[in-house]
Amino acid sequence: MPPKGWVEINELYCKACETCVTDCPTQTLAIDLSRLTPKGYHPAFMIHPENCTGCGICAVVCPDAAITVFRGVRPETEKEGEGA
Amino acid sequence: MTEADVKVVYKRPIGLTDLVTHYCPGCTHGVAHRLIAEVLEEMGELNNTIGVAPVGCAVFAYNYLDFDFVEAAHGRAPAMATGIKRTLPHKTVFTYQGDGDLASMGMGEIVAAASRGEQITVIFINNTNYGMTGGQMAPTTLPGQKTSSSPLGRDVETQGYPIRTAELLATLDGAAFVARRTLHDARGIRMAKRAIRTAFEVQKQGLGFSMVELLSICPTNWGLNTTNARQWLAEHMLPYYPVGDFKVSTAVSEMKIGGN
Amino acid sequence: MALELIKGNTAVAEAAMRAGLVSYFGYPITPQTELLEHLSARMPELGRAFVQAESELGAINMVYGAACTGLRTMTSSSSPGVSLMQEGISYISGTELPAVIVDVVRGGPGLGNIAPSQADYTQIVHGGGHGEYHLIVLAPASVQEAVDLTGMAFDLAEKYRMVVCLLLDGFLGQMMEPVVMPDFQPVRTTPPEWAVGSPDSKERVVLTSINIDPPNQEQFNVKMMTRWEEVEKNEVRYKGYYLDDAEYVVIGYGTAGRIALTAVRAAREQGHKIGLLRPISLSPFPTRAVDELADRVKGFLVVEMSNGQMLDDVVSIAARRVPVDFYGRMGGMVPYPDEIANAIIEMIQGEHDVNADGRAKWLAKMRELVGTGE
Repeated sequence: MPPKGWVEINELYCKACETCVTDCPTQTLAIDLSRLTPKGYHPAFMIHPENCTGCGICAVVCPDAAITVFRGVRPETEKEGEGA
Repeated sequence: MTEADVKVVYKRPIGLTDLVTHYCPGCTHGVAHRLIAEVLEEMGELNNTIGVAPVGCAVFAYNYLDFDFVEAAHGRAPAMATGIKRTLPHKTVFTYQGDGDLASMGMGEIVAAASRGEQITVIFINNTNYGMTGGQMAPTTLPGQKTSSSPLGRDVETQGYPIRTAELLATLDGAAFVARRTLHDARGIRMAKRAIRTAFEVQKQGLGFSMVELLSICPTNWGLNTTNARQWLAEHMLPYYPVGDFKVSTAVSEMKIGGN
Repeated sequence: MALELIKGNTAVAEAAMRAGLVSYFGYPITPQTELLEHLSARMPELGRAFVQAESELGAINMVYGAACTGLRTMTSSSSPGVSLMQEGISYISGTELPAVIVDVVRGGPGLGNIAPSQADYTQIVHGGGHGEYHLIVLAPASVQEAVDLTGMAFDLAEKYRMVVCLLLDGFLGQMMEPVVMPDFQPVRTTPPEWAVGSPDSKERVVLTSINIDPPNQEQFNVKMMTRWEEVEKNEVRYKGYYLDDAEYVVIGYGTAGRIALTAVRAAREQGHKIGLLRPISLSPFPTRAVDELADRVKGFLVVEMSNGQMLDDVVSIAARRVPVDFYGRMGGMVPYPDEIANAIIEMIQGEHDVNADGRAKWLAKMRELVGTGE
């Protein structure tokens, strides 16, 4: 069974460059066209959180150090308010 | 697996300030900054480092990297770093320079610093154009590449050939470690981080001049989205500017890196 | 305190060491090179930093870096090299850093020659670099005075956090004179609180000359000009000779001032009431002293080894109250005392026309004396 994980994207830093979306090996991420960040970008978000393995590739390629990567099972309480 | 098993695999390094950079979306300057911050944090050098910022897009690098910094005149960062390092030899001193700054305006200073074996580290960003002034031809612009000052494409007959800086500096005896890496994909970025670590270790252990050239994208001035810009780098820059270690002195090859 | 016979360039180098110089960066150029050579041996001997840079551009930017640590640093050069350094001088000034530059002036323009000259007055005193800034400029007239001013240059640079230029000419740099060297001062090796690498700063230090918002840049420039007002109040230096009863006053600095003193003494012996004002700080200029003299004397004679670069400053202060005559030699030529003595007599016997153009009168004479070579 593949490892589980999740990411948190700090929308202050995200500039919607899509690098993480393109490079995510599990197609977890997408650009959220329904929302704008404080700087006016459509932020990246986990469109398929169930896919995330916490591999960290998104954070490695992120030019704005906007992504925190966790490995493990995400506590239920933290899932509230997830952008979608 | 329980919640107690949760661990943070990656988080924003403490060597970065909390400011949002002025770089365009996708610009790999941000990656380079982050790698420097990570390496210096891992080496425990954040409080012992003095950076020298260039003129160009990274002129405000000191707003994002959270340690002592000075700002050089265009191209003169290696000379300025020399002045600091010779005065405070126990500090880690590095320059952060773009291709216009280092390979055009400051070619004299970088060659002289490398040939002196100056105990500094140079992080060199090659994105084949002058980003800040709006994408003009740089010494690194590829043959045929269109820029705002070579609108018909760089004609090598009249505008000369690109400079392969890493290969050029590698010929100098004072250079201990000279490498080129790419920031266009995760594998390249991981390799870049290791090279940056090596370069700073070379300085810390007093083995001579070290430089890492980082192939970078400039989506805005190239007129490409991030994905296409990264692809362009892979297709056009990598063949001309191959990734590799161009100089590893004997001392560097025998160097032990603490913790790795 | 023994007298030693030392060449000007070497004496300044040694005086800088004794003033606590931590780092020196330079490039060989005649007639300054002995200064660099002396330090190339002495600095490493005492465990201090010496780098022969790749160019004057490299040297001044190494000084820029070293100045960011707040520890005593210096470069030296001669006219063409100093022209190259102007970029860095502007940046160092714009970052409010202390540094000392020695300019051993030679004949120009262009490559010119290696003979003594004072034709760097304009580029040093009125700023050869871009933007608004001032240097403190000190001009000695003897090797001893050069030694004494060297120590002072470092103190002033630190006091006001600005660039201080010791302005010599090839004559002073090459001349040997007996001097008393100062004692060694303690060397500061820990950066002050405002500098990079300081253990005492409470937060990280960023030193830059950039002010991207024009209102900030203007504010900064007002601050710098306010500081310069303080310098003008506190740091004017000059020497007066026979000024008390003088009817006419010769104004000259450095080597020209020294030669003029011989001519003034000769004129005194002939019964003429002549005095000499020798500015030591060319910037800040002894404006008030010249201004007060303009109210009570019958005329000025400015003597320089240039085409009258300081003359313009004196003319502006005199403001047509007294005629301002001029005598200069250019291109590496040094005036003889007799030439200045003749100019003094011509001034006394002249028309006393406050509207006369001193430079034009002199130039007409020069065309006859030396010609244009055509």
